[in-house]
Amino acid sequence: MQANFRTPLARARGLGSAKEGVTHWWRQRLTAMALIPLTLIMAGYILSLVGADRATVVATLQEPFPALVALLLIVAAFWHVKLGGQVIIEDYVHAHGAKIAAIIALNFACVVVGLASALAVLRLFFGG
Amino acid sequence: MWQKIANFLWRAPDGFSILTSLSGLGWEEIMAQVQRPIAPHLQVYKPQISSVLSILHRLTGVVLGIGALLFAWWLIAAAVGPKAYMVVEGFIYSWIGRLILLGFTGSFFYHLCNGIRHLGWDMGCGFSLPAMRRSGWAVVIAAVILTLGSWFIGYAVRG
Repeated sequence: MQANFRTPLARARGLGSAKEGVTHWWRQRLTAMALIPLTLIMAGYILSLVGADRATVVATLQEPFPALVALLLIVAAFWHVKLGGQVIIEDYVHAHGAKIAAIIALNFACVVVGLASALAVLRLFFGG
Repeated sequence: MWQKIANFLWRAPDGFSILTSLSGLGWEEIMAQVQRPIAPHLQVYKPQISSVLSILHRLTGVVLGIGALLFAWWLIAAAVGPKAYMVVEGFIYSWIGRLILLGFTGSFFYHLCNGIRHLGWDMGCGFSLPAMRRSGWAVVIAAVILTLGSWFIGYAVRG
């Protein structure tokens, strides 16, 4: 099988038909790969925090490593939700206006909830 | 009449621009009349491991996306203060909270395992039907074991 179906000029430009090529697909995989270790580490912390009080949770998130994992997880996870959710909307919502509105709402929701979560982690880390 | 002409022309090179200019109809109006083959009805289609696991990947993805709100709520409540944390704690440890968390955990481990399966396909591995069925069942078994195992540890930690 041919290894690469793109023309040399297309490869040199690095663009696709919509001027972004496989970027959406690639970022979905990139965030997926990042999420494997990040979610597993976070799952470990959450399991260790089952039944713990708020002080213990706060103390854990004031450690640099868990805080960093939490921040990276928030970025990768909400980015992954934005990308995957957009594909689902594009597959099932056919009315043009509703589709665009749903994608806009998804993008806004991911950014707002993601940044709010990141702000919470930063506030805990810096002892707020 | 337009329907017959459309069925005749819609594959022809540039048949479409001829059709739209002749009929005065828009592109979408004509396409709605073209009788193209349709996909098999899901109701009469036998569920197979390939299709069931595929739609489960999407479903669990949606569950995780919505479930991420719970994770966000937990983090934000911890940052806001003890009162806000008590509310989220009360919800998580209630029976409905535990049920949601069990669904979230199952969705997480399924989506994780099947996502790894997808990454394997992206690297060109395991495309044969026997390999696809084997990896599919492996994902289901792994997801069940990981879900039950993590809940077992969770209850063991809590005492």
